[in-house]
Amino acid sequence: MKKSAVFRRILRLLKPHAGWLVLTVLAAMVTVAAQLLVPFLVGEGVDLIVGKDNVNFSALYRVLFGVGGCVAAASVGQYVVSLANNRVAYRVLADLRQQSFEKLGRLPLKYIDNRAYGEISSVIVADSEQFADGLLLGFTQLFTGVCTILGVLVMMFVLRWEVALVVFCLTPLSLLVARFISKRTYATFKKQSEVRAEQTAFIDEMVGNLKTVKAFTHEDENEVAFEEVNERLRLASLRAVFFSSTVNPSTRLINSVVYAAVALTGALLVISTGGVFSVGKLTASLSYATQYTKPFNEITEVIAEFQNALACAGRIFALIDEEEQPSDEACIPLGEVKGEVRAEAVSFSYDPARPLIEGLNMAALAGKHVAIVGPTGCGKTTLINLLMRFYDVDGGRITVDGHDVRTVTRKSLRQAYGMVLQDTWLKEATVRENLKLGAPDCTEEEMVAAAKAAHAHGFIMRLPQGYDTPVGGTGSLSEGQRQLLCIARVMLCRPPMLILDEATSSIDTRTELLVQDAFARLMEGRTCFIIAHRLSTVKNADKILVMNAGNIVEQGTHTELLARGGFYAKLYHAQFEQ
Amino acid sequence: MTERKIILKHLLSCLKTYRKEAILAPLFKLLEACMELVVPLVIARIVDLGVGGGDRMYIVYGCLVLVAFGVAGFGFAITAQYFAAKAAVGVSAELRSRLFTKLQSFSYSQIDEVGTAAMITRMTSDCQQVQNGVNMFLRILLRSPIIVFGAAIMAFTVDVQGALVILGLIPFLAVVVVAIMAAGIPLYKKVQAKLDGVNLSARENLQGARIIRAFCREESEAKDFAARNEALCREQRRAGRISALANPFTYALVNVAVIVLLIVSGVRVFAGSLEQGEILALYSYLSIILVELIKFANLVFTVTRAVSSEKRIAKVLDEKGEPSVTAPAAGERQTSQQRGALRFEHVTFTYRGGGAPALDDIDFSVENGQTLGVLGGTGAGKTTLVDLIPRFYEASGGRVLLGGEDVKSIPAEELRGRVGFVPQHAVLFKGTIRSNLLWGGEATDEELMQAVKLAQAEDVVAAKGGLDGEVAQEGKNFSGGQRQRLTIARALVRKPEVLILDDSASALDYATDAALRRALRSLPCTVIVVSQRVSAVRHAEKILLLDEGKLSAVGTHEELLKSSPLYGEIYASQTRAEGEV
Repeated sequence: MKKSAVFRRILRLLKPHAGWLVLTVLAAMVTVAAQLLVPFLVGEGVDLIVGKDNVNFSALYRVLFGVGGCVAAASVGQYVVSLANNRVAYRVLADLRQQSFEKLGRLPLKYIDNRAYGEISSVIVADSEQFADGLLLGFTQLFTGVCTILGVLVMMFVLRWEVALVVFCLTPLSLLVARFISKRTYATFKKQSEVRAEQTAFIDEMVGNLKTVKAFTHEDENEVAFEEVNERLRLASLRAVFFSSTVNPSTRLINSVVYAAVALTGALLVISTGGVFSVGKLTASLSYATQYTKPFNEITEVIAEFQNALACAGRIFALIDEEEQPSDEACIPLGEVKGEVRAEAVSFSYDPARPLIEGLNMAALAGKHVAIVGPTGCGKTTLINLLMRFYDVDGGRITVDGHDVRTVTRKSLRQAYGMVLQDTWLKEATVRENLKLGAPDCTEEEMVAAAKAAHAHGFIMRLPQGYDTPVGGTGSLSEGQRQLLCIARVMLCRPPMLILDEATSSIDTRTELLVQDAFARLMEGRTCFIIAHRLSTVKNADKILVMNAGNIVEQGTHTELLARGGFYAKLYHAQFEQ
Repeated sequence: MTERKIILKHLLSCLKTYRKEAILAPLFKLLEACMELVVPLVIARIVDLGVGGGDRMYIVYGCLVLVAFGVAGFGFAITAQYFAAKAAVGVSAELRSRLFTKLQSFSYSQIDEVGTAAMITRMTSDCQQVQNGVNMFLRILLRSPIIVFGAAIMAFTVDVQGALVILGLIPFLAVVVVAIMAAGIPLYKKVQAKLDGVNLSARENLQGARIIRAFCREESEAKDFAARNEALCREQRRAGRISALANPFTYALVNVAVIVLLIVSGVRVFAGSLEQGEILALYSYLSIILVELIKFANLVFTVTRAVSSEKRIAKVLDEKGEPSVTAPAAGERQTSQQRGALRFEHVTFTYRGGGAPALDDIDFSVENGQTLGVLGGTGAGKTTLVDLIPRFYEASGGRVLLGGEDVKSIPAEELRGRVGFVPQHAVLFKGTIRSNLLWGGEATDEELMQAVKLAQAEDVVAAKGGLDGEVAQEGKNFSGGQRQRLTIARALVRKPEVLILDDSASALDYATDAALRRALRSLPCTVIVVSQRVSAVRHAEKILLLDEGKLSAVGTHEELLKSSPLYGEIYASQTRAEGEV
């Protein structure tokens, strides 16, 4: 996305908060004006303290009263600016996060499958955070900075045009220096983040698989490789950190040049005007000189921050704008499902360059059990992706009860299926919440009954807090226990059709035997798609589809296929030949 | 030792290499600060002597002096920044390096305990935070007090009463800064915790995308996320409201001091004990203090974050790594004659923090060249048992003997070199197929290809363009079955005495699996096959049947069928399921 487009987009995001932004601007203007008046008034105050026996105290108190008022106004104004900004920035941040998160649910799975999780979640969390930081910092500082610079110039002109002219002429100097440094800094930062990415990848891989590293005593080799990249990162960081930290001293140098120039012109003016340009005015001028260069310093920082924020915003918008899965709007709900599933001349591939499924035909009659077998990578999982409409077919069609699945709503289609996968994903929540995932409204009794049927009740009760024990990502459950929970989860929704992808692969065979009765009852009268490595588990299926390299090479019952002596028979005999 | 001392100890020892830089950086900062502090004095002179005396040349010289001080300050500052950057970057590189070494020395128990995600965070973002913190500390945190106190002291050289006003201001400012920090830091911690929650939600939804869609939970997930998101937003705003107080408060306080200063100066000038130019100097010092304090307040938070990162890093570095060999040095050890023989003597093992023992009184032995089957249900302790052989975990009781020697007395490197391990989770590393296989040990290309052939992976290597075929991070460009076969080949490259296959053929189809088993039987090493399935172990010379950490039965397939009801039950369950075995 172009920078200008990103910028317009940000403005649009800010539009609902226009009221607060106006408040920010007004408060910032009040703050800057009050802050700039203070040195002026202090200067007047100094002029009232002329010398021994020559101090106009009543006038001095009046002036100081004014100073107090200005200080109060500036302090309050500053706080209001921060609060208003706070509000806008965090509100926009929360909205963006919510938008991008909700987008996740509407993206085609292809988008998620093709990217590392860390990459997407860093857009939702880290990038939005950076963006808000930039926005918060950027807006306040940029605006007050510009106001201060202009205000100071005005005040200087009010004090004495010669002084103002000197300051104005020296301005390009600080801009030049800032430009020079930020250019150098950018290049070194880029280099740094490249090397850092390299090191992070190495750490991810080696620390993430530390057990394997240790099993092969590969520690020493790793250490050498790590030290090499670590040293490169150190040097790159040194350059980046050093160059970026020259900004401050450089601007301070400019500052002192400006300061000296103001002191020179001011002091000479006091003499040549015979005191019309007073010592107090000189005080004020010097104070302004300090205030004048400071914003330049800040603005350089802010611009770097702003660039970064824009880049982050660009990534967030790219995610939000990502093409969504085709809308469901024109689709009808599936209604009562009998469970007749057909695939007609289906073709599909993840990568157009490498065709996978071509001209696939298949029929599963209502209530029948269809097993899908074949060697690794033959397309079994892909078939599930198509049945559930995680992916859409490239050609041909898949129908349920005669409806093309693309004409029915995803929700009704997916609710018609119950799915138990090899991948036993559980939500970071309690056992109860996980079980009720598919049937949030079920009663406690129904839930316990399902858990009992899946033979999960026993170990759940042994967990520290029973059904209220939190489980999830890296939890304490074994793979087998997790799979039992997944099975109970499906038993609770009782959908008209089932997809079982290696549904019992992690359960030991004795437990499996126990669960099997409940499974058999669940499968009774439902259309089932069963995927298993173990051919034994699919023997009783009404139909076996034998897949190889994306195509169905044989189909039939176990006995028919064995009799045929083809691919299936070969697989089957290999399994039991010992 | 208190926590604080530990942290300090770690930081200082990391700074050791950069001691020179760590001392020079604040020193040059001090010099720079002096340059700044002199400026108001020069101005006072210009006003009092130059302007007061109408001496134009004096003014010009004075201003040139100002520029000279500016240039000198710039030189000092740049030098200080360089040293600070060098020290900070050096410390974080040193920390990363130490962490990496430490993590690699972790035992499996420690890896379990600390967790992969935490280890990676320690090495990346925590080290970065410390770097920022050290850098800021050396640059600003020392500079600010120097300037503030320096300005106050310089003020004394101008006028004692005026200086007292400035000095009186400092405690107030300190109170404000400390109070805001004290209120702000817990709030920022809360923000961090909430942020972690949001992060978790996002990752979880990506990992579980299929299940969430299958159960049509997109909307309710979005609602859950909204709740977390709003909570985060609230905390962020609350923290923001507190930290936003810092600037207005310091500004107000300093300017109140200005007002007081002008009143006091007015009285003193009236009495003739102070001059106009000196007011100017005092006022300048106050301005310097203000600017410095605002910088300081904004940076305190960076340093606080760094401290909590350093705390976490120190905790990892403080862990003791894997215990080294306790027994006599390698020279004195009897070299084992019984190559490949393996013996467990009443071995018990309990996981750290685990209640019941995962292995309880396991006792058996295997002769060289035999095949041992380890059978059992989920959680029976099969993987734990084989993990004890290369001493991934240390037996809590009893002894594990390899070649007649306690594994605890064999140096880890040698021990692991003698064991070929194929883990359950098949993972490859970025590089080439060759570089991955060479993890197994040094070997010629022929030897590598031989291992590949044994592991039934010839077609995999051929499909990826030979031994130089590229391997992406974690072997993502290979399928599960391909990875599994290559990890088997990797273990074979080292020509191990003992080959351990921990459920390592689960992703293979049956034809490949059968061919693999045939090939392995021809090897001259002890083979340990871990599985849930009788078919995988039935031809082993000895089968261990594990049940909930206990050795339920030992024997051949036929013996166990007769002697062990549990074995019979498992066998029956699998035969019933498979029809025939």
